[in-house]
Amino acid sequence: MEATATHVHLEPKRIFLIVWGWLLGFTCAETFLAYQHWVLKVMLLVLMTISIIKASLIISYFMHLRYEKKSLVLTLMPALVFVIAMLFVLFPDSIRLLEMRPH
Amino acid sequence: MASQDTIVSLHSAQSRESVWSGGVSPYAVLPKKLGMWLFIVSDAITFSCLIIAYSYVRMASQNWPRPFPFWPSIVNATVMTVVLLTSSITVVMAVRASKVGLRGRAAWWLMATMLGGILFDVLHIHEWLGLIGEGVRLFNNPWGTPLFGGTFFTLTGLHMLHVTIGVVYLGVIAWGFKRSKFTADDVEISGLYWHFVDLVWMFLFPLVYLLSAKTI
Repeated sequence: MEATATHVHLEPKRIFLIVWGWLLGFTCAETFLAYQHWVLKVMLLVLMTISIIKASLIISYFMHLRYEKKSLVLTLMPALVFVIAMLFVLFPDSIRLLEMRPH
Repeated sequence: MASQDTIVSLHSAQSRESVWSGGVSPYAVLPKKLGMWLFIVSDAITFSCLIIAYSYVRMASQNWPRPFPFWPSIVNATVMTVVLLTSSITVVMAVRASKVGLRGRAAWWLMATMLGGILFDVLHIHEWLGLIGEGVRLFNNPWGTPLFGGTFFTLTGLHMLHVTIGVVYLGVIAWGFKRSKFTADDVEISGLYWHFVDLVWMFLFPLVYLLSAKTI
């Protein structure tokens, strides 16, 4: 008799299984897309877009942020996104560097 | 009438103040859960720095090696991704079981998650040994840009360290929760860490493996 009589609100299990299914689907799609003959820039953009969607699903549902108080979300996420966006400032320089190399 | 207004304004001032003064939890989460979230944010920035630095070098290099054939490397990495995603579902089940007081079942789900983590590590070490056997080192490799080895081992090594720490962490929580030493909140917080480890891999898998897949 290990169960105790507690009344807690739990989201339906089905939601998590659906999210898991989507994540597996996106993973298979990424593997398939990796074999398309696209320019590296396009490939990077497509794969990172899918990864951001997957990360959003994990944060929202598995990490439960979707169900937390808005003040927590607003404290954590905009700051994180801003810092990561700032880290990207130098990224276009990689393309300049590539084009500077003798072909 | 004036005194009533004063009382009303005092009440509203108190309620405004109480939210942010610590009297009422402004985030409606336990301090240890907020602590885990802040750790996750800081660790996310660490990984972001490494991932962006890797992407920079990858984009700027003309002869970046593509040493991963579809079989076994890409299939292996895809299976590792599926294993991590599945271990995220088992940790969700552990959290659900812990919330309704099913201590034994929660511990069982946590152990299933640990098994996923161990399997992930085994597959990853197998991959590492294969590359080392082919001559990949931190500062050179047989194929092209020397930085390939350094970036590969740093990114995947740091992630593997997180997975290994996660397995130990979940083991401690499973053991303690079964013996009523920890609460359902501790299970949830350990779950947050595990999901984060899963989340980071969602970026490493395409960047490190798929963008270096050997194409025909």
